[in-house]
Amino acid sequence: MQVPAPFTYERATSVEHAIALLGQLGPEARVVAGGHSLIPMMKLRLARPEALVDINDLGGELSQIRVDADMLVIGALARHADLLASAVAGEHFKIFHDAEKVIADPVVRNFGTVGGSLCQADPAEDLSAVFAAVDGVAVLRGPDGVRQVRVRELHVGPYETVLEPDELMLELRVPIRPGGGSAYEKVERRVGDYPVAAAGAAVWLDGDTVREVGIGLTAVGAEHFAAPEAEAALRGQPATEESFQAAGRVAAEHCNPSADQRGPVDYKRHLAAELTTRALRRAAARARGQEA
Amino acid sequence: MTTVEERPHTGFGRTLRKEDVRLVRGKGNYVDDVRLPGMLHGALLRSPYAHAKILSIDTSAAEAAPGVKAVITGETLKGLGLAWMPTLSYDTQAVLATDKVRFQGQEVAFVIAEDHYAARDAVELIDVDYEPLPAVVDAKKALEADAPVIRDDKEDQTTNHIFDWEAGDAAKTDEVFANAEVVVEQDVLYPRVHPAPLETCGSVADMDPVTGKLTLYTTSQAPHAHRTVYALVAGLPEHKIRVISPDIGGGFGNKVGIYPGYVMSIVGSIVTGKPVKWVEDRAEHLMSTAFARDYHMRGEIAATKDGKILGLRVKVIADHGAFNATAQPTKFPAGFFHVFTGSYDLEAAHCTVTGVYTNKAPGGVAYACSFRITEAVYLVERMVDVLAYELKADPAELRMKNLLKPDQFPYTTQTGWEYDSGNYPKALQLAMDMAGYDALRKEQAEKRERGELMGIGVAFFTEAVGAGPRKHMDILGLGMADGAELRIHPTGKAVLRISVKTQGQGHETTFAQIVGNELGLPTADIEVVHGDTDQTPFGLGTYGSRSTPVSGAATALVARKIRDKARIVASAMLEVSPDDLEWAGDRWHVKGDPEQGKTIQEIALAAHSTLELPEGVEGHLDATTVYNPPNLTYPFGAYICVVDVDPGTGAVKVRRFIAVDDCGVRINPMIVEGQVHGGLADGVGMALMQVMAFDEEGNHLGASFMDYLLPTALECPSWELGETVTPSPHHPIGAKGVGESATVGSPCAVVNAVMDALKPYGVRHADMPLTPAAVWEAMQGRPIRTDLAIP
Repeated sequence: MQVPAPFTYERATSVEHAIALLGQLGPEARVVAGGHSLIPMMKLRLARPEALVDINDLGGELSQIRVDADMLVIGALARHADLLASAVAGEHFKIFHDAEKVIADPVVRNFGTVGGSLCQADPAEDLSAVFAAVDGVAVLRGPDGVRQVRVRELHVGPYETVLEPDELMLELRVPIRPGGGSAYEKVERRVGDYPVAAAGAAVWLDGDTVREVGIGLTAVGAEHFAAPEAEAALRGQPATEESFQAAGRVAAEHCNPSADQRGPVDYKRHLAAELTTRALRRAAARARGQEA
Repeated sequence: MTTVEERPHTGFGRTLRKEDVRLVRGKGNYVDDVRLPGMLHGALLRSPYAHAKILSIDTSAAEAAPGVKAVITGETLKGLGLAWMPTLSYDTQAVLATDKVRFQGQEVAFVIAEDHYAARDAVELIDVDYEPLPAVVDAKKALEADAPVIRDDKEDQTTNHIFDWEAGDAAKTDEVFANAEVVVEQDVLYPRVHPAPLETCGSVADMDPVTGKLTLYTTSQAPHAHRTVYALVAGLPEHKIRVISPDIGGGFGNKVGIYPGYVMSIVGSIVTGKPVKWVEDRAEHLMSTAFARDYHMRGEIAATKDGKILGLRVKVIADHGAFNATAQPTKFPAGFFHVFTGSYDLEAAHCTVTGVYTNKAPGGVAYACSFRITEAVYLVERMVDVLAYELKADPAELRMKNLLKPDQFPYTTQTGWEYDSGNYPKALQLAMDMAGYDALRKEQAEKRERGELMGIGVAFFTEAVGAGPRKHMDILGLGMADGAELRIHPTGKAVLRISVKTQGQGHETTFAQIVGNELGLPTADIEVVHGDTDQTPFGLGTYGSRSTPVSGAATALVARKIRDKARIVASAMLEVSPDDLEWAGDRWHVKGDPEQGKTIQEIALAAHSTLELPEGVEGHLDATTVYNPPNLTYPFGAYICVVDVDPGTGAVKVRRFIAVDDCGVRINPMIVEGQVHGGLADGVGMALMQVMAFDEEGNHLGASFMDYLLPTALECPSWELGETVTPSPHHPIGAKGVGESATVGSPCAVVNAVMDALKPYGVRHADMPLTPAAVWEAMQGRPIRTDLAIP
């Protein structure tokens, strides 16, 4: 049995309590929600927090998935399984269901959380690319109040975010705009594996023209999990196979994959193009009301 | 569709597994469930380097840590003469490293503490000063002149060479190749994989300081062999050693050998006077325990232009890791690899195998491989497909043309095996019929027109299981015969004691069914005792699919002894001559008068009663036997795999898998099918995702289940199973053993299917595992080395 290094454990009873505990315990404390990334890293002693603040009792406040005016709001403590099962999330952004179907396995999805995934900031994390594609905003709360950060600005590097040690992610907000469709495409060596590469796309069409587009990439070294150059190349272009392939090529050009046992650089770059193209194709079909 | 017959059940057929009553309720008793009064906990410090000199070890901080009882290093063991132990291949292996570490994860020190947490924390406090050395990672470079010598502990060892071994007729093979119309050569790697049982290895050692008796609870597939080895190695008297192998959560050959952790729990118990538990974690298990395969093969196949296969020639570099610790019969350093002529009628064959040391964990024969037959079958089945590729022949037709014919059995191969029985064309035809082979080829042709990639892979295998005849086969001098003891209690209930040890195969059911079949007793009335050396007769254990071929035969024969004795008792009861009785499946009755008979239950009571027995006949109803198999048994099968490959990503989806197995007579078809299902999943895993690769420094790149991938239900299609039954002529019940058939036969079917799909890209071969990246790179014409870090 792998066992973590010694640590202390606190259980938060409210958001305020959690933030206060984080303040008291200092920068070596970590929030634990689903724990499906943090605990394995602790057992391998790759992560050695001095204290854990357990927020699992805050579900009432932090786990709702709902529409608020023109925003889809997803609580940070929503489980992957909740998001997968959420009709309202699927109605507005099919990309969430596409992605959640291929995140880990049912056991992990039952407990792992949306906020935990984003805060873990694993460079191969799926939801970071999904929220980059739909241009979601994270709502963070610290001792001095609440602030909003675009998910595209949340990550500053592998396993690093802009969150202060005593800040807690409360929810994610995604603007709902008409004429949109979204999709997620992933290649993995086996179900439940981290992606070899994955791409998410959200498009908004004016007739046959791409009015707005978001492209998220993961596991290929794309800065902030996004492909802004490919988005710029596609914005205003006709929503055709040629445009999508061209955008895919631009996305591949601007990402920076590294080789590992999931594949060499050239393959991952190829996948960035291929999967971006496929995601755009499906997203556009969905925007047109077709299921692809 | 699996159905289970109504109980009570007697004899062969589908029946619920007796052991599942406890296992599916979570009431199994595994090594880690053992808790003894006063028990302490051990943890190993392991090397972070693949190859490094140990300059010094400072244990003072660990010794001072709370709860720590003792810290043991290689220097401590040296004083006891226990720093090194013999392996099952007549080499030595460090128990705890003294001079150097030779693979990443090697055992360096052992901490004993009051609980597991204290032991783990204290391990981190041990300060080892290492001087890193260059590592030998690529087996193909192990024998280069400038390769660092790994085993400088051994006198006269100046290279990384372990052995050269050959089989077959080299001159005759050369001649056949020289005259052949077609010769095709192919490098084929069977990469290093790991059996990865869900239960890792562990032990609880309890040395009674008063009686001097050691009780060792341990994850062992071969408890009797372990007891004898401990007696020989540690100088402990054998009657003072009791090895108990409780429920085992999968073995696959991984739990055949003796690991330093087991030894350290024993040493720990001796040192502290308390029971000591040691259970490794997943990373330790994957990094340090017995791996499988790692065969770097160059195959050549010779044939006529119209596809008659004439000869096979193979050169192998076998990566044995830092210590030569493969577990196989003494005479066969490459296991049974020389069965590589497979299922075909050849004129000549020859193989050479060169074993080399590398800076990797020891082991080699594990993961349901039937002593390297996995590698042999993979090689020949790939070579046949490579030949089909060059001849533009259909791989099923090419096989059908070259398979041994039924009238050729018993058949002696070019490398000396005597195949007992078989009807190969029938099995292949059945598989093709089940698959709808012609329709699949038609569908494939249509899909190719549209640029879609679909592949149909065919593989045929012959296994050689049930080691083995004692004049040819031993492990460390211990002959591979198995004992069995059967006792019928006065009320007709029975207890069978066997030496083999289930790791999930269902022995408690299968062996009860064998007894039930011989004596007409309900399966539920037969208790099978196993896994405790104080309670069972000697035998070599469960691996190489040997339980049914060897101990199954012993069980049938010991039951027949009981039956013969019961006849005499019945004759006394019925007051007739034994010659006047005949056996009716569950009773002896007077010939021609079925009403005048006695069941085994009635006879058992009489045998324990005051009934006067004939002169020279002992009372009671029990018997013992030892079975020495006259030959191995040779199960076989035909597998067909259908895959779809995504041309844009290289991702492979196994759409269908048809498996026709012939393992002779099936005792419990449900258990046989379960074994086949597991082996097929193994095959998909090895073919598509499993590998233990190493980087240049010798770092293990697959030391967790995040990196070492086991297939899930989603990668496995709904298996389509078929069977033919060709009984073994020399086995008492005609059974052949099936535990490893599917693991042996399935990887090549999957790989052949993927290669078939990639034919439009001109791909003839790519090595396992065929991950999306490996497939895509092969399509680009630049296949990757799957056993090394991807650059």
